[in-house]
Amino acid sequence: MNINKFVIAAMKSNMRNKMRGLLTILGIIIGVASVVSLMSLGKGSQIDIENEISSLGTNLIMIHSGSSDRGGVRGGMGSKPTIKAKDIEYLRKDASALKYVSPVIRESAQVVAGGKNWNTSIYGVESDYEAIKSYEITSGRFITQKDVKGRKKVALIGKTIVDEIFNGNDPVGSSFRIRNVPFKVIGVLDEKGTDSRGQDQDDIIIAPSTTVMYRLGDGVTIHEIVASAVSESQMETAKEQIGALLRKSHRLGDNQDDDFHIFDQTEIKERATSITGTITLLLSAIAGVSLLVGGIGIMNIMLVSVTERTREIGLRLAVGARPNDVLIQFLIEAIILSVIGGFIGIITGLGIAYAIGTIIGSSVVVDPKIVMLAFSFSGSVGVFFGFYPARKAAKLNPIEALRHE
Amino acid sequence: MNINENSADLITLNNIHKVFHMGDVEVRALNGVSLSIKQGEFVSIMGSSGSGKSTLMNLVGCLDLATHGEYILDGVNVNEIKPKKIADVRNQKIGFVFQGFNLLARTTALENVQLPLLYDRKDRIKDHNSRARQVLDMVGLGDRFDHTPSQLSGGQQQRVAIARALIANPSIILADEPTGNLDSRTTIEVMALFQKLNEQGNTIILVTHEDDVAQYTRRIVELRDGLIVKDSSVLNQSSAINDLQLLEKYGSVVGRIA
Repeated sequence: MNINKFVIAAMKSNMRNKMRGLLTILGIIIGVASVVSLMSLGKGSQIDIENEISSLGTNLIMIHSGSSDRGGVRGGMGSKPTIKAKDIEYLRKDASALKYVSPVIRESAQVVAGGKNWNTSIYGVESDYEAIKSYEITSGRFITQKDVKGRKKVALIGKTIVDEIFNGNDPVGSSFRIRNVPFKVIGVLDEKGTDSRGQDQDDIIIAPSTTVMYRLGDGVTIHEIVASAVSESQMETAKEQIGALLRKSHRLGDNQDDDFHIFDQTEIKERATSITGTITLLLSAIAGVSLLVGGIGIMNIMLVSVTERTREIGLRLAVGARPNDVLIQFLIEAIILSVIGGFIGIITGLGIAYAIGTIIGSSVVVDPKIVMLAFSFSGSVGVFFGFYPARKAAKLNPIEALRHE
Repeated sequence: MNINENSADLITLNNIHKVFHMGDVEVRALNGVSLSIKQGEFVSIMGSSGSGKSTLMNLVGCLDLATHGEYILDGVNVNEIKPKKIADVRNQKIGFVFQGFNLLARTTALENVQLPLLYDRKDRIKDHNSRARQVLDMVGLGDRFDHTPSQLSGGQQQRVAIARALIANPSIILADEPTGNLDSRTTIEVMALFQKLNEQGNTIILVTHEDDVAQYTRRIVELRDGLIVKDSSVLNQSSAINDLQLLEKYGSVVGRIA
């Protein structure tokens, strides 16, 4: 028997009652639309958060000095400047899991240019810092190792400084002074905005580490080492290598504690990802429930339809339909309805996702797997919830069905 | 007594019993009915309600099976057919016409007529559309093929139903009170159609409780309490065409009956 004939018959039957069909699939439309839109928005915001964390630096590892202990009074973290310039050389040479390494010397000072002045942070770094912190340069160039070796008095400045000191004009080539030391602007950093703690990341000056250390600092203190692992999977290896190398470099005995601290962002990243993942999953589960309710809606209307069409079923049986033919026809009707519902739902869901994404400024990531899943799920809903009414129709006695009023 | 004395029986019912169980009560609807109908006959089955005529109709139409007895339809022993295949017998050998027309709403006459072909597992008729037009022409509705039931009068709807019964070339046409929902004029029109189809060789079995209607057939079988009490030829078969002409002339056919 040709199944196509039944598909056509079922389609005609659905077309005969468009309003009923639309009401039947409304639940499926809403269910699929909410699953698709929530999953797409959830995935989008997850990626937004991941990007924001990566913008702080890719595969970032930070090493801080240990704490001082003078006569029982222990200073805070970094109070004892244990990190030496040679540590950086060791890491660069022997830590195979590290891609980039740079010291950070932080100073705070008044900067002056023209008639204006501004208090800001000055970071003394090496050329690797650009890659570690994922800096983009809007104009000019970053610091080179040549600048570092030559203790060049050059600097890159953030957007805030450009606005405060240079009135927003392109300052590359201009000069300014930090504590009476003249610096030349070689580049402007791209805007990063405020970080998660509300700190303005554009209120910053970046200069060669040596220049900052000897011209502005005490010539000894390195506040921090920042480094990038070669890949995310190498983070743990990199941390182990750093630990071993620094212990060796600092000549620490087996019973001595580390005189440094190693941090990374995997934990914060994992936590953020797992939170958004959980929220997405939760919302989708709720949406999934509405899909289930939609399926029950199909079953309800199909059951009503079977009662309403009892005489039609009786007639079909009388003119030669086998009970299985009736079953298949009703099942196909239910599947067609739910597949159409699923299709409309996907379109609607994508529309909603992009609309909301635009309004709240969140990314929308459409996972084809999710779309396929929602679509096949709506199809299975049709089979599952269509089966009972279809079987009820097939089991009707033709004599009684024909007599039904 | 029969017009085709020598031809083989199309329908043979042999000592048919049908018993229904309604809870503890046993209802004997048919109590040993034997009947044979030949190709080309036009038989009406009469009887008051509860006489068993509907039960007999359902058995002949293969909608139900006898409790005892033998039923041979066009050479097929219906009792021996597998339950699954009984639908195919209905599809190929029987054309049903119902009192309430039973047309699919919001569906054109052309599509309504084609319904039995959907279930023909042998696909004996290739071009459904042209066959449907052919049978609609036969019932005089060739120009109304794209009308839906709501756009047709009762008589026209019943003609669509008759066309549907004819489409698969059945051995018999089984009409259950086909004029029950029609006014007297339309009744005569429909009976004229049946007479025409009978003259063309179709075997028709018609269930009715109206004497007037039965007079248009050739043979009347009367049932009472599950038994055949009378089986006779109609001596003066009414001609529906003539009656229609009378109706045109005098506005009534009462004169003929009186």
